[in-house]
Amino acid sequence: MFWASYALAALAIVLAWPVPVILSRAKWPARSPFTAMVLWQAIALAGGLSMIGAMLTWGLEPLGNNLLDGLDGLRRILVDGAPASTLGLVHVFALSAAMLLGAHLVFTLLLTYYRILRGRHRHRDMLNLLSSPSADTPATLVIQHPTPVAYCLPGGARSVTVLSDGLLNMLSKEELSAVLTHERAHLAQHHHLLLWAFAAWRAALPWLPTSLLAQRSVNELIEMLADDEALGEVDRMTLVRAVAIVGSGTRPADTSGVLKPLAAQPDRPREYPPLTLPGAEGSEPLGTAGRLSRLLTPQPPLPRWQQWAVLCLSILLLAVPTTLLIAPGLLD
Amino acid sequence: MATLGELERAMMDLLWESDEAATANELREKLAQRGDSADGKGLAVTTVLTVLSRLEKKSLVQRERDIRPHRYRAVTTRAEHTAELMHEALGTANDREAVLARFVGSVSDTEAEMLRRLLGA
Repeated sequence: MFWASYALAALAIVLAWPVPVILSRAKWPARSPFTAMVLWQAIALAGGLSMIGAMLTWGLEPLGNNLLDGLDGLRRILVDGAPASTLGLVHVFALSAAMLLGAHLVFTLLLTYYRILRGRHRHRDMLNLLSSPSADTPATLVIQHPTPVAYCLPGGARSVTVLSDGLLNMLSKEELSAVLTHERAHLAQHHHLLLWAFAAWRAALPWLPTSLLAQRSVNELIEMLADDEALGEVDRMTLVRAVAIVGSGTRPADTSGVLKPLAAQPDRPREYPPLTLPGAEGSEPLGTAGRLSRLLTPQPPLPRWQQWAVLCLSILLLAVPTTLLIAPGLLD
Repeated sequence: MATLGELERAMMDLLWESDEAATANELREKLAQRGDSADGKGLAVTTVLTVLSRLEKKSLVQRERDIRPHRYRAVTTRAEHTAELMHEALGTANDREAVLARFVGSVSDTEAEMLRRLLGA
């Protein structure tokens, strides 16, 4: 039990700081965003589990040899009034901290959910007054505003994609289809659940490097996943144009512009010049520039075996703290 | 029968069109005249009042209580409300990303400049 609590604490520290820093700087997630997403989820879950688990096993150490024995001992003290003399002050402190942290995480998760739902409800109310259903696309609303904007508002059967008529005026039919496929991929793949979980993780532990890095990376990864989905429908340059037009809010005077010669030879997008931007390097969030450079200089996905290795690592990350909690005897 | 949402929308359209405050009865007649999607024809004054009080609760409608019958007017103009909607859609608030997923997130000035160069605009 004693060793288990140290091992869990070590795991918690590693997952809270060095691992997320390394992963957020790695280049491979852009090549296999799904695999990276699974890994981030495993890191967050295993991190939380080992943080709480370390304090719990430390505190229960005098009461039993494993988690179940320990909890049973605790129940006897709390419910049946058994003598608590074996528990020192540090143990009581560790147990209280574990319970507070657990409650804090669950409470923040629920509170974040409530905030998001309220935000969506409010936004839906505004849309009800100010938007009209699109004539040619189902589950799509149009707001009257010259600024090009496109987003989706998740909500089960009431999920909608919202477009401004500024966007409709600026984009060609193919570019619009790129936008719609991208947004529908967000809805179909339930990305809002990931955003919720990581927003809550961030809100619960804002001082932890992992929560900020994880939220940023997850935000980027879901855009990559939706982009990849859109690439199934439209060609690369159409999507790039759509992102550039919506991001800058301008459309070139006619269809010329730098992209045209490139669009004519889509096999050689690597020659594309102007994407050496500050912010595309180091730990800064990649943002729109990073997303475009990923689209313009496509990299092959990770080899199969490497993807499997990452997935196995994710499972291992979850299995280790669980085993340490339930059967610390394995370590002796 | 129109849903409450549709009625709220028709009501706000009416109030946004006129600068004057109007009583519930006047609004009911205007809706009846219009007879469009919101189907104001068979509308009871109580329904109109329900819709108005819902809108009042949402701070969209202001009630003038000094003389009876009470008169109602829109709190903001349609343009202001649209601006607020756009602000929500484009804003950079922390949980914004979780509320709605944008096609392109917030773009910094340097990024916007780069995108314009990219488009040759």
